Amino acid sequence: MPVFTRIWKLYYDGFRNMPAWGRRLWLIVIIKLGVMFLLFRLFLMPNYLNSRYGTFQEKSDHVIEQLISKP
Amino acid sequence: MLYDLSATTLVEWSRWQFAMTAIYHYMFVPLTLGLSLLVAVMETTWYKTGNDDWLKATKFWMKLFGVNFAIGVATGLILEFQFGTNWSNYSWFVGDIFGAPLAIEGIVAFFMEATFVAVMFFGWRRVSKRFHLVSTWLVYVGTNISALWILVANGWMQDPVGMTFDPDTARNVMTSFTDVLSATAFNKFFHTVTSAYTLSACFVVGVCGWFFLKRRDTEFARKSILLGSVFGLISIALTIFTGDTTSQNIARTQPAKFAAMEGLNRGGNGVGLTVFGILADDPALPSKRLKSTTAAITLPGLLSWMSYRDCHAFIPGFQDILEGYTSHEGKTYAPVQQRIENGQRAMDALRSYKQAKKTNAAAADSALAVLRANYADFGYGSLSSPEEIIPHVPLVFYSFRIMVGLGFLFIVLFILSWWYAKKRQFNRFKFIPYLALACVPLAYIASQCGWIVAEVGRQPWVVQDLMTTHVAVTDITSTWVQVTFWLFALLFTVMLVAELKILCSQIKKGPEV
Repeated sequence: MPVFTRIWKLYYDGFRNMPAWGRRLWLIVIIKLGVMFLLFRLFLMPNYLNSRYGTFQEKSDHVIEQLISKP
Repeated sequence: MLYDLSATTLVEWSRWQFAMTAIYHYMFVPLTLGLSLLVAVMETTWYKTGNDDWLKATKFWMKLFGVNFAIGVATGLILEFQFGTNWSNYSWFVGDIFGAPLAIEGIVAFFMEATFVAVMFFGWRRVSKRFHLVSTWLVYVGTNISALWILVANGWMQDPVGMTFDPDTARNVMTSFTDVLSATAFNKFFHTVTSAYTLSACFVVGVCGWFFLKRRDTEFARKSILLGSVFGLISIALTIFTGDTTSQNIARTQPAKFAAMEGLNRGGNGVGLTVFGILADDPALPSKRLKSTTAAITLPGLLSWMSYRDCHAFIPGFQDILEGYTSHEGKTYAPVQQRIENGQRAMDALRSYKQAKKTNAAAADSALAVLRANYADFGYGSLSSPEEIIPHVPLVFYSFRIMVGLGFLFIVLFILSWWYAKKRQFNRFKFIPYLALACVPLAYIASQCGWIVAEVGRQPWVVQDLMTTHVAVTDITSTWVQVTFWLFALLFTVMLVAELKILCSQIKKGPEV
């Protein structure tokens, strides 16, 4: 059997024959990743500099201003 | 005394949010680091001896490793989200330094883990015994390499070396990768992983203590205790050794953190180690942030010896640091007020450079020279008073003593466990399995206390001497940070309950072939 097929079968059979607790665990992992990437990353925790400033220079200027003006 | 830990401002809410996320993340990391090694040792024993008891043990502990790994995986991503949202100034300032180690971590360790964890769990009877064993070892290597790069990045924040500041971009640019792999970074890595191994040993011995209390699977539990307690004794010995080298390093690179760990207001030659003490407010001290130590039990000269292997070495206290001092190695440190002025000079020079660089090259060069000459004290420019360099002394002082005290309790646990398991009398005294069980949460407390010492102790710095936490924070509203704080708290609590439920159900099932 070609090596890629063997690798595919390893993962496929592994997930297919997973016990109930393993499936529950994967469900939690998927929900967690979904909440983290869809809710937090997209809506609640965007990258501040990327969302406010378009260019590298604008970002640099903003941070320099913060460095020298914050008490 | 803990009143000043309350959160009211943006920076305080951001710090609490980061602390909560980091604590949650680090509830999974140490067990992953240590249990992967224990499982690899168990599988090697099975591979070499052919004794199926070790196969049973390998599969049982591998299952618990898997639960912990799956729930813990990606919890660190929220920390990275916070860098971009709450700590954007910091992220930008350190970007080039953090980029290299974290990219290596992401590519090498993550793919190594993802590939070989699958073989570890799905590969029984599908790959050869030897390949399975190699995969298990590579999972261990992958998890620990992952920790190495994260801790190199953290070590750089405690001891920023191997870089130069680019005034055009406001970023620190790496000049020497080997310098970034500093003594601080390696001490941090080895102390963290050996303490993680100790925690894992406590976990193994504690879970087995539960089997003894329930009077089931005792022969399996006895074997695991024998291995776990020997592993624990080796780990704690290494933790003590690396803790010693770490504290020598802190004494040189972060004297204010060192003074906070000891509650040391006025230093001197031949300073003693405070084994126990109670901190109290003292109006005679020049700052409310300083506390006097009452009911102290001190070992004379030991702190000096531990720091410089010289009983008479000079150790600075907070007042020495504030007033300026010459270290045991002969290096002179200016008074903090002077360093604040140096920092302000560097900031003014950065401002002048920015204004002059397009119109007046000579003025820009001159400003740049002033910036370079004062850059070592750059962060001091944003302090409003010298006493701001004093971290939260009680939190650091007590956390350090809890961590060390629990470490000694674990030595007692491992010796008793090993001795009575060897004599097949582990449940001869009921307190031993109960102690083993109690040491599981205590090991987590010790490990979190270590991080509190490291991270609270370095305040007000996010990057030592170069950037304060106040400057690092993004100008967003504190209400927004509060909203995400409570959402994280809810998510983490639900996930933790789910994990503990699955973990406990798997422990209750016990070992199966």
